Amino acid sequence: MIRFEQVTKRFPRADRAALHEVSVRILAGAITGVIGPDGAGKTTFLRLAAGLLVPDQGRITVLDHDTQRELAFRDHLAYMPQKFGLYTDLTVWENLLLYARLRGIPAAEGRASIDRLLTFTGLGPFRRRLAGKLSGGMKQKLGLACSMLIQPKVMLLDEPGVGVDPVSRRELWKIVQEQRDQGVGIVWSTPYLDEAEKCDYVLVLYEGKVVFFGPPAEFTARANNRTFLVEIPAEERRRLTREWLQKPTVVDTRIQGQRLRVVLRPEALVPGTPPEARDAAPAEIHHMAPTEARFEDAFIDALGGVPKDRVALVNRTASGENHHEEVVVAEGLVKRFGRFTAVDHVSFRVRRGEVFGLLGPNGAGKSTTFRMLCGLAAPTEGHATVAGVDLRKARAQARRFVGYMAQSFSLYGDLTVRQNLEFFGGVYGLRGARLSVAIRQMLDELELAPLANISAGLLPLGFKQRLALAVAILHRPAVVFLDEPTSGVDPLARREFWLRIDQLVEEGAVVIVTTHFMDEAEYCDRLALINRGKVIAMDSPDAIRNSIQSPQLPNPTLEDAFIAMLERANEATERDAAVTATGAERKGGPTT
Amino acid sequence: MLERIRRLVIKEFLAIFRNPASRMAVLVPPLLQLLIFSFGATLEVRNAGIGIFNEDLGVLGRELAARFQSVPVTFSRVVVCHSYADVRQVLNTQKVLAVVHIPQDFSQSLLAGQTAVVQVLLDGRQSNAAAVTQGYTSRIVRDFARTALASGAIARRPFAQSIPVTRVWYNENLHPLWSSMPALLGILTNLVALLVTGLSVARERELGTFDQLLVSPLRPGEILIGKAVPAFVVAYVEGGLMILAAVTFFGLPFRGSLLLLAGALFVFLLAIVGIGLWISAISSTQQQALLGVFTYMVPAVLLSGFATPVENIHPAIRWVANVDPLQYMVAVSRKVFLEDPTPDVIWPFVWPLLPIAAFTLITSAWFFRHRLD
Repeated sequence: MIRFEQVTKRFPRADRAALHEVSVRILAGAITGVIGPDGAGKTTFLRLAAGLLVPDQGRITVLDHDTQRELAFRDHLAYMPQKFGLYTDLTVWENLLLYARLRGIPAAEGRASIDRLLTFTGLGPFRRRLAGKLSGGMKQKLGLACSMLIQPKVMLLDEPGVGVDPVSRRELWKIVQEQRDQGVGIVWSTPYLDEAEKCDYVLVLYEGKVVFFGPPAEFTARANNRTFLVEIPAEERRRLTREWLQKPTVVDTRIQGQRLRVVLRPEALVPGTPPEARDAAPAEIHHMAPTEARFEDAFIDALGGVPKDRVALVNRTASGENHHEEVVVAEGLVKRFGRFTAVDHVSFRVRRGEVFGLLGPNGAGKSTTFRMLCGLAAPTEGHATVAGVDLRKARAQARRFVGYMAQSFSLYGDLTVRQNLEFFGGVYGLRGARLSVAIRQMLDELELAPLANISAGLLPLGFKQRLALAVAILHRPAVVFLDEPTSGVDPLARREFWLRIDQLVEEGAVVIVTTHFMDEAEYCDRLALINRGKVIAMDSPDAIRNSIQSPQLPNPTLEDAFIAMLERANEATERDAAVTATGAERKGGPTT
Repeated sequence: MLERIRRLVIKEFLAIFRNPASRMAVLVPPLLQLLIFSFGATLEVRNAGIGIFNEDLGVLGRELAARFQSVPVTFSRVVVCHSYADVRQVLNTQKVLAVVHIPQDFSQSLLAGQTAVVQVLLDGRQSNAAAVTQGYTSRIVRDFARTALASGAIARRPFAQSIPVTRVWYNENLHPLWSSMPALLGILTNLVALLVTGLSVARERELGTFDQLLVSPLRPGEILIGKAVPAFVVAYVEGGLMILAAVTFFGLPFRGSLLLLAGALFVFLLAIVGIGLWISAISSTQQQALLGVFTYMVPAVLLSGFATPVENIHPAIRWVANVDPLQYMVAVSRKVFLEDPTPDVIWPFVWPLLPIAAFTLITSAWFFRHRLD
């Protein structure tokens, strides 16, 4: 259906090709995942396939048309870019109608397919809502619906699942799977490795090169028999993660609930390997329980494992002048916007050395909670303290103890690395020798020193993220707030990032994370699941997983648990609503 | 607190001058405007076309016609018309701004000691230029009459003595730059201060850095000051450079006290920075902020008395002009450049800026706080 032959694409002034000698054949009636971190070449791949870019070398054919010669294939092709061009001031229905007209679909036929798509995507009840007022997930569904108006044979979807909560993501998948079953060929790009397992085929890209192409199970199988789960004392798991990574036989370690997930090199297991390799294998190897490999295990392995030198960190002195055991306290937090209650009596306590995750669908109130705790918004009701400082009384004072890392890079791109650090350090009250020592230490630790005088905007993605972290922790905050810190980031960089966070936590800092990304949730000690402004569950990832365990689902993932809990909560509120409604009817209808 | 503001101010300067686009935004528009206003948008009539329809066969008629052909700076093109149809055609097609019609009996009447009439037909579609042209043509006719009288070509008549002699004060040669350059000082510093403050917050909102600022211990008031100071300094420095350029490069006199002008500029910029912060507070993208800046600038310039006297403005909207800080700045700047005003002459133009500045600064601070929650 789509065929790439030795395709290379290079953008002007880029230091490497965006895509390098890519050859693949994508089949109809299948979902092909294009998987890789940001900057791997996913979007370039899709744009080449859509005929929006011309390859520098090689040949691309789509539905047997050469994309460089004829454009007839476009009538059968739907392309959904990352930011689909919805008209925010038009309603859902008007957007669909507009796209139908733009595609030259006759009016009657257009209306029929709009109705079909509205039912199909579940957007029917929202047909009169302005597109700008839809949630992230619904916007993606509408974008998908708009691109499906022509009944395409090929659908190219660029990161449709990013920024969408797991529930909506699962619905998007369902839509796409139904299309596949009707014979449509689908290309779905994603930086989330866990989405790979749902695809029929995967094209794994890394720095413009093909790492793997084929069924995902085949890729995952490469790490089979080498992946283990180890029971370890909870308080030691952060230290052990780091120590084990140093061992030459270990490819990857990461925390999974109360256990440590370890991937070993193949030679560590083969009896005939040189003794020095086997000796270096962890002594605990006998206590390790083999487990099924996941896509990410194979991915890290394919990239050669987590680099050992990245793991060695400079010893730091203990952070923060914080002597409170409960660093963040939220008690009955309420935030109302007019008559709408965004956060409804949320309470939790986060102790020293804890990673706490806020999870929830879009619009559930987790960002508002997060913003209140950072001191960005004032709570309407309730009580919150950060490092013992009351957020209602002394917001600016409390912000001193807070470090913040936004989801997207949000430092001054025109300032150099050093100027950024100087500015933020100065604003947080560091000055003179203390500031320069802190900056030097940070530059050394995060290996930013050679880049200190480069404009931050010119840094490669991974380094931007390191700088953002440096800015967030330069003043040794008691609490670090992370907003989806590693979504889209290269998995190796993500390991590195969390290793650093682990160290902060060991020193007694508190880390609060909001995320849609189940992988990040896995790093948390405790999770609070927020739905419609309320906390519906709060426990460790393991406990949350176990709570929905059943014979049908012996090994639930965190995402399964998340969705099950949301469904349960929504059913309960709907039942309540139904009860209230009938009660009102009995009293003679709602009063106005 | 001072340290935090100092850091923010340094960062703002770095952000303005390290980014090529914003460096341009600060440096290019003033330069461009300086050139356009000083060379392009003059109210003088130069290189215009004029038509001569001479029906008089006498010497005097020819002499008068010749005078119009000898002012190439003003009238670079002279079109000779032979009929009314010609006249209509050249005016209609805008080949000329005016046609001078010398009637058949022009020489005859003059030689007979009678009053002769010269008709000037003007293109009213360009009313301003037409009025200026009218002034030029009547001056040429007057000069013609004076020399003709002096040479005795026409009979001396008693009222010939009352030809008026004009003398212009302050701008002796009626040099248009002398009146526009001082006004430009106000307009350009206004634009720069507004651009820098208006765009800075919007840019941070767009880049997402604003949240990073808001979670820091900086208070809204400190952010406000940190944003205001760089704009103020940039506009003030550019104002200084303009005064320098006006005096050295454009040869303007500077008759008043620099201190007075500097003081007035100070208060004026306070008011403008307040307005810039307003725009900042309400716009969430740079595009909106830019639109805000120009939506403000156009009426502000039109009502400032730069091109038309403030007294001409319809009373219904005169009050708008009275709250336009630029109006006061233009007046003060013109006075200081061309007169040597004493502080009590300037004061009526400076004190209204004080309540305006207080109002814009206080309300912008309020806006700022309320947009944050």
